[in-house]
Amino acid sequence: MSILINKDTKVICQGFTGTQGTFHSQQALEYGTQMVGGVTPEKGGTVHLGLPVFNTVQEAVKATGADTSVIYVPAQFCKDSILEAAFAGIKLIVCITEGVPTLDMLLVKHKCDELGVRLIGPNCPGVITPGECKIGIQPGYIHQPGKVGIVSRSGTLTYEAVKQTTDAGFGQSTCVGIGGDPIPGSSFVDMLELFEQDEQTEAIVMIGEIGGTAEEEAAVYIKQRVTKPVVAYIAGVTAPPGKRMGHAGAIIAGGKGSAEDKFAALEDAGVTTVRSLAEIGTAIAKVTGWQIK
Amino acid sequence: MNIHEYQAKQLFADYGLPVARGVVATRVDEVSQACTSLGGQCWVVKTQVHAGGRGKAGGVKLVRTIAEAEDFARHWLGERLVTYQSDAKGQPVHSILIEKCVEFTQELYLSVVVDRAKQKVVFIACAEGGVNIEQVAQRTPEKILQTSIDPMVGPLPFQGRSLGYQLGLNNEQVRQFSRLFVNLVRLFIERDLSLLEVNPLVIKTDGELFCLDAKANVDDNALYRQAKMRALRDISQEDPREAHAAKFELNYVALDGNIGCMVNGAGLAMGTMDMVSLYGGEPANFLDVGGSADKARVTEAFKIILSDEHVKAVLVNIFGGIVRCDIIAEGIMGAVAEVGVQVPVVVRLEGNNAELGADMLAKSGLNIIAAHSLSEAAQLVVKATEGQQ
Repeated sequence: MSILINKDTKVICQGFTGTQGTFHSQQALEYGTQMVGGVTPEKGGTVHLGLPVFNTVQEAVKATGADTSVIYVPAQFCKDSILEAAFAGIKLIVCITEGVPTLDMLLVKHKCDELGVRLIGPNCPGVITPGECKIGIQPGYIHQPGKVGIVSRSGTLTYEAVKQTTDAGFGQSTCVGIGGDPIPGSSFVDMLELFEQDEQTEAIVMIGEIGGTAEEEAAVYIKQRVTKPVVAYIAGVTAPPGKRMGHAGAIIAGGKGSAEDKFAALEDAGVTTVRSLAEIGTAIAKVTGWQIK
Repeated sequence: MNIHEYQAKQLFADYGLPVARGVVATRVDEVSQACTSLGGQCWVVKTQVHAGGRGKAGGVKLVRTIAEAEDFARHWLGERLVTYQSDAKGQPVHSILIEKCVEFTQELYLSVVVDRAKQKVVFIACAEGGVNIEQVAQRTPEKILQTSIDPMVGPLPFQGRSLGYQLGLNNEQVRQFSRLFVNLVRLFIERDLSLLEVNPLVIKTDGELFCLDAKANVDDNALYRQAKMRALRDISQEDPREAHAAKFELNYVALDGNIGCMVNGAGLAMGTMDMVSLYGGEPANFLDVGGSADKARVTEAFKIILSDEHVKAVLVNIFGGIVRCDIIAEGIMGAVAEVGVQVPVVVRLEGNNAELGADMLAKSGLNIIAAHSLSEAAQLVVKATEGQQ
């Protein structure tokens, strides 16, 4: 097994005929993802990349039985597109687009939770179950089917972890980029819960960043619920405290949010942390006893 | 995006919130005219910069004569104000806000912000406002009151009443506070703000509530639909190099070290800086070249990095992903040749055709060192700077 997606996942693309939608749908098709169609308003009835184009998500779902949608529409249309998919009965929505207004996401997240729809992103590389299904902008070839679950807030940092686990011969069960926005559709905790239940996943890599308290919340969850070994890396140790958001940010965070705070919280939860980005692979080997290829 | 206090107060006035009718001056003679036109015997003169902590830094003053106001203006206009929230160079002072003095008996703190953990807009209030709010929050967190806004329903007057009574206000003040609460949250939501802060909200000697200060930040992602807010942008308050980089869709932040960094992806850029410092080096900047590291962008990125005279070496770390590394290598070679880079450049390419890319760099005859791993790259670039000291 894997989490979220597999070879049976039927995917449609919103923003299908645009530059991004076209390029990445083509890549997904080449990877073997079961793309079943796309949605671009006013282009319904046409054929693109050999797949049917629909005017609405509802029509696409009815005609293809799609359960998953990937969104490449521009940021100003994301609220509309995500909710269109959610109301049409799509169960997993992956929004790649970056730059979605935070207040849009507050509404979208609230509604998706209410409808029981899982949202990944926005501002994320997507989700991939190696060898079965690729949804997003990741380079497929660096992945390899295997036993490490990867969850990350950053795109290119995820690729580093993927490359290292592939080179070591461990492979990945599923890799999820949850995105770097203040209000992500899914959190570390959501993904840790799925990886913990997934039989194929034997170890978990978590890649965080400074800011917010998502890593601290993950640490609490790991301490209570996660039995599988977890390796974590946090980017931003050397980033300056930066442009402060007035007093309110400091108050709401309760003094949390620095890389050192996050490392400390994770270590307290029994997580193996690495200070060097290049040591993720070796840290997994150490904590699991697996031999590096 | 930040806006100035006087701009925030105009927004407050648009939403019926109680603020002073002040005057903004950019010349010394305008300051004295403002005092005369406002009337009274006492004024507050406030430097308008995009940084908090102005009062403690001397950028806000209570003056009792026009001469004193003029002295303040003469001292600050054209100067830079350094506060604990600004960087070491400080922020340029181009304007001063002049308001009549307000007599008050109590200072409170209010803010509206998005709470990431709760995934809601929250309204924060504290009966002990003023310059020491952060200490109050740290030492006595129970004094910080909060209420969350339901995204579907919006702010409700009862939430304001409830907070008002908890703050110890009397009935008349609670009525005012409830209106203030609803209007501040409406302003936050309708203008796509990321932060709204009133510190202090005061109780005047006549018992009325009054917003003595006003701070607002706008969500950059929402600027496309906030034309009025876009017009409030003051480029002079932004780092010129960062603003220049933004024009080329490069995300650049200047730092104090001597190793220039060029990376694709914000997370990997931070991770690369961490690697440099792990091996004893100091990054000169954060720079995210974005997904498509083509020649034009890499060239511009080199120009920006090298405009910092402290840079002794540059580390380029690109995870190719879908873009082929040999194409990226060509871009880097072209940029290095075009810009005429004099310092050593260490390049680490990973991803599609990485070996081919590294070979091309190694044979280029340019001052480029090809590294085969991230740790090797970090060590090489640190070594390259040491050699020059």
